[in-house]
Amino acid sequence: MTDVAVETSPTLEAEEHHGTSTGISNEKLAMWVFLGSDCLLFGALISTYLLVRHRSESGPEALRDPSHVFDIPFTSVSSFVLLMSSLTMALAVGAIHRGDVRRCQAFLATTALLGATFIGGQVYEFTAFYNEGLGFTTNLFGSAFYTLTGFHGVHVSVGIMFLMSLVVMSLKGNLGPDKAETVEIFGLYWHFVDIVWILIFTIVYLIP
Amino acid sequence: MSSTDLQTHIGTPTEPHHQAHEHTHPSDWTYIKIAIFLAIVTAAEVATYIWDDWFEEAGTGVLIATLFPMMIVKFFVVCGWFMHLKYDNPLFRRIFVFGLVLAVLVYTAALTSMHVFADAV
Repeated sequence: MTDVAVETSPTLEAEEHHGTSTGISNEKLAMWVFLGSDCLLFGALISTYLLVRHRSESGPEALRDPSHVFDIPFTSVSSFVLLMSSLTMALAVGAIHRGDVRRCQAFLATTALLGATFIGGQVYEFTAFYNEGLGFTTNLFGSAFYTLTGFHGVHVSVGIMFLMSLVVMSLKGNLGPDKAETVEIFGLYWHFVDIVWILIFTIVYLIP
Repeated sequence: MSSTDLQTHIGTPTEPHHQAHEHTHPSDWTYIKIAIFLAIVTAAEVATYIWDDWFEEAGTGVLIATLFPMMIVKFFVVCGWFMHLKYDNPLFRRIFVFGLVLAVLVYTAALTSMHVFADAV
């Protein structure tokens, strides 16, 4: 009986920690599967943008060329803000794994604030483009641009809502070190949003 | 396949989960150093906009050859360190890389068939 227990101990040990036959967290696995599939979604949106951005035939001439429309210095600051939100998210994950709930709470709130700043910048950018005459249906460039960056903005906005939920959970005392994996899994989502923006910033904004 | 075999197949660490985390999470200072590196690379990317006259003369191909390596480095640094793919279970890396490679192959083939790259460079 003792021999049987010794032989199966690695499996039991893993199942004890995650309760799964693979020994890894199902929730974390599901998040990675989701992120892998989201690569295909953003791949489709970026590809569509690359395909149509120079093929606009309607709307004002000045609004058909992306390089005449973008405000690169402004977007660079937005990109920097989102990049720094990834740092604060990583620090939040590190803090909760060490059991430092207060520091985790502060970093989660900072991440939400930086994410909201990024979204504020995107709203300002969209408003400026719209006032210049570039609407969603003005031309192919406008449609592809708003769809791509809008989908990314929705991802960031959903992330901010999750972040606020985590902050509220921690304020109520429901986010202890036992929930470290929850914070880590959400962190994966937030970093993914950041890496998608790394691609968008280079491909859409910096390459004319 | 038994659960033990499955664990071996996906490369699950044999040490307890909490111990594994203690060993695998980079320190705060490492995260800060990575963020500084990412900020420097981003500044270098933005510099191509500041010196756009030079890149305009050199051609779009040179600009793409300058920007793409920086973009790829930033992408994999965030994936590797911030998302812990460098340290975490290999199964997560395989799942994500599968989606990423599939997306790159499918859309590169689609865009190539529509002569997007030939028109751009």
